[in-house]
Amino acid sequence: MPPKKKSSSIIEVENVGIDVDAEFDSDSEDEARRRSRNRKAKVKRKAKRVSDDDDEEEEEEDEKPSKRRGQRRRTKPQDSDEDDEGDKKSVASKASKVSGKKGAKTSRKEESEEEDEEDERVSKKKRGKAASKKEKEEQNNDKKGKASGKDGDNKDKKKKKNAKLTSSSSSSSENDDDDEDSLSEGEIAALMEQVEEKKKLISTIRSKPWRMKKRLLVLKEAQQFVEKFEGALGKGKGRRLYAFKVMMTKKLIKFNRDFENFKTACIPWERKIKEVESHFGSSVASYFLFLRWMYGLNLILFGFMFGLVVLPEVLMGLPYGSIPRKTVPRDEQDTAMDYSVLSDFGGYCKYSVLFYGFYNSDRTIGVLKFRLPLSYLLTSVGIFGYSLLVVIRTMARNANEGGDGGDEGEFNFSWKMFTSWDYLIGNPETADNKYASITTSFKESIVDEQENQKDENIHLRRFLRISANVLILCCLGGSGYLIYFVVKRSQDFAKMDPKKLTWLQNNEVEFVMSLLGLVCPPLFETIAELEDYHPRIALKWQLGRIFALFLGNLYTFLFALFDEVTAKLETEKSIKNATEWALSEYYANYTSFYNTTDVPPPNVNPADVIRGPCWESAVGREFVKLIVSDVQVTYLTILIGDFARAVIVRFLNYCWCWDLEAGFPSYGEFDISGNVLGLIFNQGMIWMGAFYAPGLVGMNVLRLLSSMYYQCWAVMACNVPHERVFKASRSNNFYMGLLLLILFLSMLPVVYSMMTLSPSFDCGPFSGQEKMYDVVIETIDQDLPAFMGTIFSYASNPGLIMPAILLMMLAIYYLNTVSKGYQQANTDLKKKMQLARDDEKNRRNNKDSTNQVMKDLEDLLPNKSLIPPPAEEEPPPEVVEKSSKSTKMKPGTAGKGVNVQKEVSLAAPNPRRPVTRAPGPRGGPQAGPGRGRGQGASPRR
Amino acid sequence: MGNKQTIFTAQQLFYRYRDLAPQLVPLDYTNHPDVKLPYELIGSMPELKDNPFRQRIAEVFSEDGQGNMTLDDFLDMFSVLSEMAPRDLKAYYAFKIYDFNNDDFLCKSDLEKTLNKLTRNELTEEEVRMVCEKVIDEADLDNDGRLSLEDFQHMIVRAPDFLSTFHIRI
Repeated sequence: MPPKKKSSSIIEVENVGIDVDAEFDSDSEDEARRRSRNRKAKVKRKAKRVSDDDDEEEEEEDEKPSKRRGQRRRTKPQDSDEDDEGDKKSVASKASKVSGKKGAKTSRKEESEEEDEEDERVSKKKRGKAASKKEKEEQNNDKKGKASGKDGDNKDKKKKKNAKLTSSSSSSSENDDDDEDSLSEGEIAALMEQVEEKKKLISTIRSKPWRMKKRLLVLKEAQQFVEKFEGALGKGKGRRLYAFKVMMTKKLIKFNRDFENFKTACIPWERKIKEVESHFGSSVASYFLFLRWMYGLNLILFGFMFGLVVLPEVLMGLPYGSIPRKTVPRDEQDTAMDYSVLSDFGGYCKYSVLFYGFYNSDRTIGVLKFRLPLSYLLTSVGIFGYSLLVVIRTMARNANEGGDGGDEGEFNFSWKMFTSWDYLIGNPETADNKYASITTSFKESIVDEQENQKDENIHLRRFLRISANVLILCCLGGSGYLIYFVVKRSQDFAKMDPKKLTWLQNNEVEFVMSLLGLVCPPLFETIAELEDYHPRIALKWQLGRIFALFLGNLYTFLFALFDEVTAKLETEKSIKNATEWALSEYYANYTSFYNTTDVPPPNVNPADVIRGPCWESAVGREFVKLIVSDVQVTYLTILIGDFARAVIVRFLNYCWCWDLEAGFPSYGEFDISGNVLGLIFNQGMIWMGAFYAPGLVGMNVLRLLSSMYYQCWAVMACNVPHERVFKASRSNNFYMGLLLLILFLSMLPVVYSMMTLSPSFDCGPFSGQEKMYDVVIETIDQDLPAFMGTIFSYASNPGLIMPAILLMMLAIYYLNTVSKGYQQANTDLKKKMQLARDDEKNRRNNKDSTNQVMKDLEDLLPNKSLIPPPAEEEPPPEVVEKSSKSTKMKPGTAGKGVNVQKEVSLAAPNPRRPVTRAPGPRGGPQAGPGRGRGQGASPRR
Repeated sequence: MGNKQTIFTAQQLFYRYRDLAPQLVPLDYTNHPDVKLPYELIGSMPELKDNPFRQRIAEVFSEDGQGNMTLDDFLDMFSVLSEMAPRDLKAYYAFKIYDFNNDDFLCKSDLEKTLNKLTRNELTEEEVRMVCEKVIDEADLDNDGRLSLEDFQHMIVRAPDFLSTFHIRI
């Protein structure tokens, strides 16, 4: 064929290609909708088509789509003003259709045919120049084409057949025209567009809300098309690459999912806690989360302590029995292995690696020259530093997550209702848990909501709250004084002969303390009933109050401890003097006897050496004993208070005069505040005691581990959920805050003893030093280069420290201000969002309140009339009239309109007020536009 | 989506479908025999049997509305509930599932049914009433006392975990 003709057609196609670019997307999207719309019109169109076909002289017997093609081809040439060529083409195309069936065709025909198919929609534009009749016909055909795509099976098949025809022909055409320089660029571009479009269709086929049957059909069609033409474009490889990519994406998704699952499975006790949460609510679960967090922290502390202190001493230090501090004294040796002694951490336990006294004071130990004393001190300080860091970091992160547990989401209940069921659940047990957790979470939200809706007498409430606080303060003060009094008395008793004292007098302090711990928490809880807080807030108050009470506990303990320490220090001083005197005597005797100055150390069995009381080990023992007894008490309480009670209630209920389960004893509830505080105080003991008893951290890890399992079991087996299951605050920051406080409090005595008390002279890593921190100074002086020493001396200069502290305080102040500003902005934005949502609601529901401003205005008007209005005074009846008019009146008219607008601006703050309440349907007395001033005074209440 | 993958999943699904009732479903499906599986069989699939809404799911996706499913319905169901299905489609079908009385609105009775199914009737009537009121209050944009599809979509597209919970892996 002539090259000229070809080029012209190329131009045409190129134009077309651009158009396609612009139009195709929207068309394909609209296609589905249009199809459905057109379905009804099908019959009509059919009739029309018959008449149209009469006009056409050609290919009545051919399939509809191909006919359409033929017609369009005719219109195109007209448009490019090449009539004769167009005729030729149309003829050729006719032939092609016939020949297409036979399988013989030319490339030219092929091209035109393809072109046609591509430009189905583009042709609409060109049709503008064509005859109106043809245009109509075209449209009809177009619609038919779409309709055929829709769901008529046979039509679809026909279309498909067409596609197949064209595609097969295209491939054959390629084979045929070896001389031909393949498809021109424009055509390729257009083809690619189409292929892309089909690909898009394939990828989005899932999102089409069609029935599967139809989807399959469309999909098959599109896939065939893509396959053929990608092949035609030499893109067979691309397809495989594409498939590969898709496969990889899927694999990646699956891998990510598995990895997530794996990660979740790696979180210890996640399932246990979830189970507890689903039955007892997030508040109880928050305790277990806290416990788990604490376990993690202690594991790390244990790692430090064990790796840097205990293990080096065990591996590289001197063995047991080599020196006095590592040997049980002679007079204790008989009973050293007795159970009663061991269980009291005496005997072999006391002279073991568990306690401070065991550690040797050699500067370095082993072949590694490990500086144990330095390591001991730094690890002990480091434990505090690390704990502080972790607690504060956790608090900060929790604060970011924010929220005090209330649901701020606008669709809280809706989301709970429609998205809480996990459709993935395929296991009856999980399903049971899910049911329980959904119910629990609904109950939690209901409690919150009830709290919001509570209509209360604010003055009475305030009075009650104040009086409750006064009562509790009285209780706290009373118990504080009681503790103080008892401790004082016990000091007096201590001076007397212990044999003269009664048992009660001996154990008065402990007795009073446990009595207070037993009586006060329930008392506080009872008093807190007066306050009628939301349970979540009530828990916080309860925690704070019991915390204050327990501080007394801590105080007495420390008080007693320091008494003991000072006493020990005195005895130690005398023993030290005695040993020094004995030693000097020995030396003097030795030199005078053997007449030599080279004196060997006295050859005494380490068990027989006179030794001091080693107050550090004694303190450590106190802590260990305390922890152990605490564990025993806690576990026994659970066993008796929960388990035994549950067993009795459960089984005696069959033969009892009243209903035990519903009546008096009932089952126990999980005591959140008590458990949390127990955990916190326990941790305080650990922090304090870790310095004196390095083994304590390890014991605590064991304790937490066992109590995790034990309490989980106990709560699931013996307890019932709280009456008002409430949502825990999302951040456990209240617990963390208490923990921080305890951390600080427990740091004080330890640091004090490090800095001021002198260590025992014959036991522990610091023996022989004046103060414990001398180890550090010694290291700085001897082992670090000289300039480091100067740096440290400068850094510890008060002149440098004071400005640094000042700077820090200023920074804190600045950051605090900034965060407040952000908070303000946050609340403002929240308010705005709420407002916008409200507005939207109102706008959509503007059946009677066509103008919100006007409505508010109406509400306001009577009030405004009491104040001298800016315009003229109006008597009340007229106000009513005006208000009734004002609904119809547009602001911005004359006279009164100006007035109205002013009032609008004045009224602006008021309409925001009811934002806290979602606007209900506007019914009732307010519905009418012409309401009087009497009702206007109380807007929408 | 590659051609291969789609067919593969469909094949898988077909075997799942057939496994439910090997005696009813022929292995050769090329000429689309008219086979329907009764709801009893569909509802006993492990993926569905613990779902409180299984009956509704089957009803919504079956063409006859009775829960009896053809293979196409079956494929439909799993394609909507698959991970890949877009949010809007899922929202639409979720709406249909929760619309118990098929009136194209979620009215109070629908909500109550949903809630009772979710909580196994453990909430008191008072609580149920309150929750339903709250839901309508939250999500009803046009204040007609019931949720239209539009309301529902507006609400559900904002839900953080709708997509992660409203799907079934097979």
